[in-house]
Amino acid sequence: MPFVTADKQQSLYDVIVVGSGAGGGQAAYTLSMDGAKVLMLEAGRNYSATESSMFRTPDLAPLAGVGTPDKPFGFYDATVDGGWEVPGEPYARASESDAGRFEWWRARMLGGRTNHWGRISLRNGPYDFKPRTRDGLGYDWPIDYSDVAPYYDKVELLIGVYGSNEGLENTPSSSPGCLLPPPKPLVNDLLMAQRAKRLGVPAIPGHRAVLTQPLDFRRSPARLHPGNAKAQRILAEDMRARSPCLWATPCGYGCAVRANYQSTTVHLPPALKTGNLDITTDAMVYEVTLGSDGRANGVNFVDRLSGKQRHAAARVVILAASACESARILLNSKSAQFPQGLANSSGKVGRYLMDTVGSTVGGQIPLLESLPPLNEDAADGHQLYVPWWLYQEQLAGKLGFARGYHIEYGGGKRMPGYGTAAGLEWLTGGSYGAKFKQEVRRYYGSFVWFDGRGEMIANDQSYCEIDPSVKDRWDIPVLRFHWQWSDHERRQAAHMQKTFADIIDAMGGRTSAAVKTDGAKAIAPGGSIIHEVGGTIMGSDPKESVTNQWGQTWDVQNLFVADGGVFASNADKNPTLTIMALAWRASDHILERLRRKEL
Amino acid sequence: MDRRTTIKWVLAAGAVWPLRRTSTARAYAAPSARGYGTDPDLTVNHHAGEPWPLTLTAEQRTLAGILCDIILPADDHSPSASAVGVVDFIDEWVSAPYPTFQRDRGVVLGGLTWLDEESARRFGKDFSALDVAGRRGICDDICEASRAPTALHEPARFFALYRDLTAGGFYSSPAGRKDLNYIGNVPLANFGGPPPSLLKSLGLS
Repeated sequence: MPFVTADKQQSLYDVIVVGSGAGGGQAAYTLSMDGAKVLMLEAGRNYSATESSMFRTPDLAPLAGVGTPDKPFGFYDATVDGGWEVPGEPYARASESDAGRFEWWRARMLGGRTNHWGRISLRNGPYDFKPRTRDGLGYDWPIDYSDVAPYYDKVELLIGVYGSNEGLENTPSSSPGCLLPPPKPLVNDLLMAQRAKRLGVPAIPGHRAVLTQPLDFRRSPARLHPGNAKAQRILAEDMRARSPCLWATPCGYGCAVRANYQSTTVHLPPALKTGNLDITTDAMVYEVTLGSDGRANGVNFVDRLSGKQRHAAARVVILAASACESARILLNSKSAQFPQGLANSSGKVGRYLMDTVGSTVGGQIPLLESLPPLNEDAADGHQLYVPWWLYQEQLAGKLGFARGYHIEYGGGKRMPGYGTAAGLEWLTGGSYGAKFKQEVRRYYGSFVWFDGRGEMIANDQSYCEIDPSVKDRWDIPVLRFHWQWSDHERRQAAHMQKTFADIIDAMGGRTSAAVKTDGAKAIAPGGSIIHEVGGTIMGSDPKESVTNQWGQTWDVQNLFVADGGVFASNADKNPTLTIMALAWRASDHILERLRRKEL
Repeated sequence: MDRRTTIKWVLAAGAVWPLRRTSTARAYAAPSARGYGTDPDLTVNHHAGEPWPLTLTAEQRTLAGILCDIILPADDHSPSASAVGVVDFIDEWVSAPYPTFQRDRGVVLGGLTWLDEESARRFGKDFSALDVAGRRGICDDICEASRAPTALHEPARFFALYRDLTAGGFYSSPAGRKDLNYIGNVPLANFGGPPPSLLKSLGLS
């Protein structure tokens, strides 16, 4: 069983998984390794990381590889047929204002956005699952950290995550043997850490899904698949086939040697080797279908190659199409029984959409000027980061906003490109000629940047619904987005700006632009950080949530959601690792129920 | 930016510059080519003029090359900007069928026209016919936006963009990487981090 066209699918599968990214990849992996017959449907085209542009230089790309509407993150970015705009697949917005905008990123390709993501893999901590209990805002999850911790361990062992255990508040440690050693910090990392420490800001090794050494193919397979000799053999073989990092070329290009996590290089190869997984690409799912018993019996999809509508059947349906796309499929699955969309008796499908609060400050550091030649490609950034460090001050009400942020930091002698010598007028006084050339050499590698990544609290004004009139090129009704930040997010963004400027100052440098004291101006537009979660949130009350703790919809017992949609809150921690841990946990639950013939 | 907005912008950009030569009006027209699409082949070597036709006239390219080399001349470390293909790079940039690039097109073409006209006003000849002192005299007046008089605000904006484009093309090239002593983008078995002696000298060990 491998890649199959729509007309070669089997008549009935155990499970259909809609989507092939972090959630879909993990679900397909867990289910097929344990013997379930799985069909994965991906809306975009087939993709292999062997298409990657690794090691290619900007002079070999149009426009030196800078971003365009066709390739928003640059020519070499691994994303295929994706961006905030996808031709033929529009979406609507209730507001075009800066404050009310939501931008929806999609990647129409096998593996979805896992092919280009930042690989930052942070665990939610104990506070992050019970935010309402802690400060009265937003929603609690129906699970706590101890429910998810074993699955964080599993995912880290499987995909390979570097990092360290520091024992800081709400910044969990992994079980022994789960993490790979972090890469050595760069000169600028160490300077930042030294100076931030003077301000009471702790910089510790980052956590990223990059192999800094080979995976433990002798022990990990037995830890991950106890009692399953076939799964252990397949995984051991696959782990051996993954190369550790080559310490060069950006992860976002995709990694042909499989040294970082992409669904296409980590989840799907072993899953396919089991013989239990079929994958159909170019299959745009638009509806979950119901049997007369009120249970899901499959999905309808458009075969994008022929334009024909098709049906696939299974005992269980898992939506992992991305938070918003899964909500869209449910809202478009209308029937006499479910006139406002499937699994929506609560009216909560599409509600509580959250992104990450983002704000950036860059600066120039004289101490880093004119350093000798250094290879600072390292593992492509995030050698160090700053976890949120003001939990107690925040709880005591001293900050004026309720939730925290972490700091993603970068600098160093990156591969020269379009931006290397751009916009230097504030440093050079507008020089040109031989002097300009000398100044570019002097300043190269002396720039640093700080990106805040903070928690947004779910609110009633941020949601998606079906637009009453607009349809995409497949005639599928599209989403309309509503968006609103609260003072918590705006004040947090202003706090980021001030903190970053203080650290740059402590490093002896200057910020490259005026610090934004107005949070509304400091905050990046909704959706632009591409951490959108919510829309099918999990909870303990069927009236207030869409799914239970397993991602199982309250209304349809064999219908599950296994992407970021189920997040009841959006901690500052990047969502991907949690998406995978929850998808693994949900899949274990589904396997158990299948064995008991309950589904 | 939609097409209507683009056209409005191009018209507005044209109005800013005191156009006197009809020949340049043609070059202001927005290119009609298509972009490289959302799924281009990332593994083929690219050549300027392939994804979309280059659109600068021979006169414009000559002037573009002169200005490139005023900004980044050859020195002991590296060749001049024009010697590594920066004119092609800038031509590709201003010919690209994407909104932000077409906005830059208006600025660049307007700026090149202004250079010749300012040169004619000051010295009675084209910019390319000036000696080094004459060329520098004009560039010195527009090389820093914050110092430029109000009347030269638009030319200064042009010079800032043109310097970014020139540097962008140059430092993206193999010669530019070599000039900056970039030694990465090679596979390594291990990453050892910075040398201890360097860390010690910076007080970071």
